[in-house]
Amino acid sequence: MALNGMEIYKMLPKKNCKECGFPTCLAFAMKLAQGGTQAEKCPYMSADARAKLAEATAPLMKTVKFGAGDRTYSLGGETVLFRHEKTFVNKPRFAVMFDDSMSEDEVSKKINNINSVNYTRISEEMYVEIAAFRCSTGDKQKFISFIKKVMQTCSKVVPMIITENPEIVFSAAEEFSGLGPILYGANEQNYEAMVGIAKKYNLLLGVKAPDQANLYNLVQKIQNAGYSELLLDAGGRNLKTAFDDMVNMRRTALLSQDRTFGYPSVAFVCDMTKDKMMEVAIATLFIEKYASIIILNDMDYSMALPLFALRQNIYTDPQRPMRIEQGIYKIGQADDKSPLLVTVDFALTYFIVSGEVERSKVPAWILIPDAGGYSVLTAWASGKFNAKSIAKAIKEFEVEGKLKTRELIIPGKVAVLKSDIEDELPGWKVIVGTREAAALPAFLKDYLQEKAS
Amino acid sequence: MAYKKPSQKFSGKIREVTIGSDLKLGGESTLPFYSFDGDTGAKPAIGMEIWDILPESWPQSLKNIFGEYAHDPVKWAKFCMEKCNPDFICIKLEGANPEGNDKSPDECAAVVKRLADEIPLPLVIAGCDSDEKNAKVFTKVAEAVPDKNYVFLSAVEANYKEIGAAAGMAYGNIVSAESSVDLNLAKQLNILITQLGVKPERMVMNPGCSAVGYGFEYVVTTMDRIRLAALDQNDATLQMPIISPVSFETWKAKESAATENDMPEWGNQEDRGIAMEVATAAGVLATGSNAVILRHPRSVEVIRNFIGELTA
Repeated sequence: MALNGMEIYKMLPKKNCKECGFPTCLAFAMKLAQGGTQAEKCPYMSADARAKLAEATAPLMKTVKFGAGDRTYSLGGETVLFRHEKTFVNKPRFAVMFDDSMSEDEVSKKINNINSVNYTRISEEMYVEIAAFRCSTGDKQKFISFIKKVMQTCSKVVPMIITENPEIVFSAAEEFSGLGPILYGANEQNYEAMVGIAKKYNLLLGVKAPDQANLYNLVQKIQNAGYSELLLDAGGRNLKTAFDDMVNMRRTALLSQDRTFGYPSVAFVCDMTKDKMMEVAIATLFIEKYASIIILNDMDYSMALPLFALRQNIYTDPQRPMRIEQGIYKIGQADDKSPLLVTVDFALTYFIVSGEVERSKVPAWILIPDAGGYSVLTAWASGKFNAKSIAKAIKEFEVEGKLKTRELIIPGKVAVLKSDIEDELPGWKVIVGTREAAALPAFLKDYLQEKAS
Repeated sequence: MAYKKPSQKFSGKIREVTIGSDLKLGGESTLPFYSFDGDTGAKPAIGMEIWDILPESWPQSLKNIFGEYAHDPVKWAKFCMEKCNPDFICIKLEGANPEGNDKSPDECAAVVKRLADEIPLPLVIAGCDSDEKNAKVFTKVAEAVPDKNYVFLSAVEANYKEIGAAAGMAYGNIVSAESSVDLNLAKQLNILITQLGVKPERMVMNPGCSAVGYGFEYVVTTMDRIRLAALDQNDATLQMPIISPVSFETWKAKESAATENDMPEWGNQEDRGIAMEVATAAGVLATGSNAVILRHPRSVEVIRNFIGELTA
């Protein structure tokens, strides 16, 4: 349980020696309770009190890691239930389920999908991070060579080893420990052996029980056995129970301030449905509500586009809008005579504008200057989107060398910039565009027609 | 130490609003689907979007499904009912658009009147992109279908007076207040509409919707905050059920609109459109929507199962 400032104060020597950097022991205690300093800063505390305090002031949910090298991922470490309170920090990672009893065809189809779904969206690379391997055959040799075969062709994923047989887990850990795999399958019966293996190789250990109460007891036993690199699964495999598990484990950690459930959790969406679109719906729910690993049957583009986009949305800082990289963007088969539009670098604005331009089927260019990451009016009002910043972008991205057009279409809301921009850019003509992006398709068609006549 | 399951009890409750003769929205005193905490109210409802004119701009996959019915909204609505069994029909009066067909308010009213006469389901009536035109259209439409409890989607700051007076007060229908993804704007508009004299139990709200990937974090956060204000702080000005026109947003997103020729590596366009619609719908339902509007029969089926399993 977390301690408040007064409780911490009682444990301090109360010498007011100032050696911790605070004027009084009380001030130090208050800061400690908020997580603003460390217990070690007090030189006169007993070892016992220090250990107790370190535990009480640690984050309620542990951050754990899996993977290796540049494929090392953090999970957990969340501090709030809603993103408006404070940013969600460690985004959920997607896994595709491989079962060693699957047909070759099925396996190669999944491998193909994993390898083809790989793209960049607002400066973030999107791909499946984990291949989950379930051992259904119980055949150790077969299972290991199955994993090897998939890993040879899917170089980006980190393996997750799924079996409740410690002997098989041990062999797999030995074989793949260099990749930082997740071991999954510690239960009431096998946890001592499983903890031993996870400890030996320092790997993330998935813990499973039939329900929340049993999982709670099991986690306590594992913590007592001295291991705390854990991933939780309270066993729910129908949507309603799984949702109950996910919400209540998170609330136990953050609201009840009980670290027994202060670990990330895994959602076996692949076991809740075989319907691809239902997987999309369930995965959406668990991106918003608290899963740290989401295991799906497969991941093709139709699933990836909404799910990765949603994940990117939810795990952004609510205080800082998403920005698109500055530059000149080509829409459709635009050539050097195609229309040129300018808008701001606020990602949402760019998406809406580029979407409407695409819808118009008029090939065009969109210039994105540095506009502070704000929407058109806000950027204009704060002086970030003006004749100077637009002219600077025209020069910086060598628009005059790339395009023959000397006409620039500006958002209707900043029509006042027209003459300023023309002053900054000799030889250019500024066209005032639409106030709303939705009117762009009609506007662009008219614009082309007028130019042609 | 034994496990003690946490529970959150709120003092506030979302108002229950009846649309049509007996479709109930809202009534919950928990966060969405938190049945472990208490009463989750009426099951979220699913509506299907139809238009008063041929939807030329829709992706081919949707035209393949609705094409032979889409020249007549009544046939289209009947087809949706028979094939998909939605809870309500949303008629979007796209034909009223001054930039497009510029149909008169009387023509629009006639379309809705025909639907009202022939379709037993409740109607949600949506306008075109022009707030000014919608004010005129909704006034006529509300007059043509009095005392039906149909929802008028939506009254915005620029036209809430006309729509509130006609739909909400004079002709016994329900006003939906639309604001753009901001708790304070939503609250302000709800207050303005109630100050006009519209009773809160004759109101729903649409605090803004977008497709996943398109600023959807603002939608989630706005709805989270609206729901927490309504339930935790018992803020009566935000206790209206929420209705989210998901399909208005998702089908124009690039992920749904790009053809297989445009984006060969993305694969089947119809699957992409459905997945965007399904994810967006599940996403708003999980944060507080009481009703979603969808286009594709497959999305309706999946979201119905999703709601069914979570409320079982």
